[in-house]
Amino acid sequence: MIVAKRKPFDQIKEMLKGHKKVLIAGCGTCVAVCLAGGEKEVDVLNAELDMARRLENKPLDTGTITVERQCDVEYLEPFDGIVKDYDAILSMACGVGIQFLAERFPGIPVYPAVDTTGMSANLAVGWYEERCRSCGECVLGMTGGICPVTMCAKGLYNGPCGGTNDGNCEISDDQPCAWFKIYERLATQDRLDSILSIKEPVSWNDQVPRTLVQPGYKKPEKAKNEQ
Amino acid sequence: MSTEENGFKSGSNLEKILRAGHFAFTGELGPPRGSNAEEVREKAKHLKGMVDAVNITDNQTAMVRMSSWAASLLIMQEGLEPNFQMVCRDRNRLAMQSDILGAYAHGIKNMLCLSGDHQKFGDHPQAKGVFDIDSMQLIGMVKKMRDESKFLGGADLEDAPKMFIGAAANPFADPFEWRVHRLAKKINAGVDFIQTQCIYNMDKFREFIKRANDMGLTEKVYILAGVTPMKSVGMAKYMKSKVPGMDVPDEVIKRLQGAEKGKVAAEGIKAACEQIEEFKEMKGVAGVHLMAIEWEHKVPEIAEQAKVLPRPQV
Repeated sequence: MIVAKRKPFDQIKEMLKGHKKVLIAGCGTCVAVCLAGGEKEVDVLNAELDMARRLENKPLDTGTITVERQCDVEYLEPFDGIVKDYDAILSMACGVGIQFLAERFPGIPVYPAVDTTGMSANLAVGWYEERCRSCGECVLGMTGGICPVTMCAKGLYNGPCGGTNDGNCEISDDQPCAWFKIYERLATQDRLDSILSIKEPVSWNDQVPRTLVQPGYKKPEKAKNEQ
Repeated sequence: MSTEENGFKSGSNLEKILRAGHFAFTGELGPPRGSNAEEVREKAKHLKGMVDAVNITDNQTAMVRMSSWAASLLIMQEGLEPNFQMVCRDRNRLAMQSDILGAYAHGIKNMLCLSGDHQKFGDHPQAKGVFDIDSMQLIGMVKKMRDESKFLGGADLEDAPKMFIGAAANPFADPFEWRVHRLAKKINAGVDFIQTQCIYNMDKFREFIKRANDMGLTEKVYILAGVTPMKSVGMAKYMKSKVPGMDVPDEVIKRLQGAEKGKVAAEGIKAACEQIEEFKEMKGVAGVHLMAIEWEHKVPEIAEQAKVLPRPQV
């Protein structure tokens, strides 16, 4: 899932300093699961902002709303009737959701309350580790199910480099070397052949904004034109 | 004589030395953290006549330094042959290829293809590491430019840069069993010569070379054994504990600790020279790469003591 962490409170407060009525918008999917921007976190931030602004004698009118997914047009309708009552929106969704709200309500500022930190696995409550950089050209078949683009600090396709130290990456003893793990896993599966040949330079697919239309589907405007 | 006529890939001095079967001896020079050309010239003076080529490091340990190609040009003016190092950390494939063309246009004929230390170690840990391609792919790219007169993207290029292509190997990093296969991959990618990580664990290196010999790899590539004399006990301890992928056995430290006061550095040089003597006789080793880190002025003494002088003229 997509994980995020809340921005430092002072940063959030600073962004909102010129505003008097703010709608705090939570997202009920990824950021709720990773404890950054769901309904509970919306309530906590609401209380913090309320208290901080009272102490400054600049009270802030706030409202709260949490929808299933801010990144999905299907769930955004509840915003339509209420946004006009506010002069800013503070979104606790990931970067996708924040932008999607900003696009729907171009007349008012939409601020981010979280920093989106990647696509991660849930290892335990509150503990997440990044596993995918959405490079668009998956090599997990070749690398025994361990992603070198994400896990190798240099993103090497032909590792390991010379910095492997007792199975760890040169950047930290707490970071396992991706290629050491790839080697071990492939050795276990008797599949080292898979990394004996050279992986040629890749074409980076993430250098332009990507659009995906699944086979059998069309962009709505295109479908309309054809009718 | 052009390289096509004489059968050399680049015609560099280093290539000629190795092809003639001489035991090669290369040195290293770290460019300054500033723009003083004299500092480069001063270091270069100590190396003149002592080595066959000089590696010019490329922002080593991810610290910003005078660019590798620029320092390479300076030492050429001093009559030395550079081995232009290029890391994948700081440039994308466009910048790499243009620097390769530019370097060759100025007469640089050797280059060493490296991944590069992670930027986290250096003075700009906030930097974006590029790693558009890795060291393996860099070797292949230089070979493609040299042998096929093509850019990586496939377009033709005019006047191919005839580089003698080098790369590094670290026989001591994990997993040991894979290191010789990684060497084979670099050979398949097109590497001409290898300079190894600094060697202190001789047993492990002997085993590595034996495996490379058994796989026939040493017939396909020139391997230069990496040697760095220890200046002090502190340096040895630092290398052991702080430098990633470095294997410094306790005996090495004990030997330095056993030296008389004021003679630790001399003991370090003596140990390095003993290693060089063994490498001269070791099947599969074509030379030594001496990395006298910030100790360039000691190179004449080391070369003398290691009995690698005078350097052959080819």
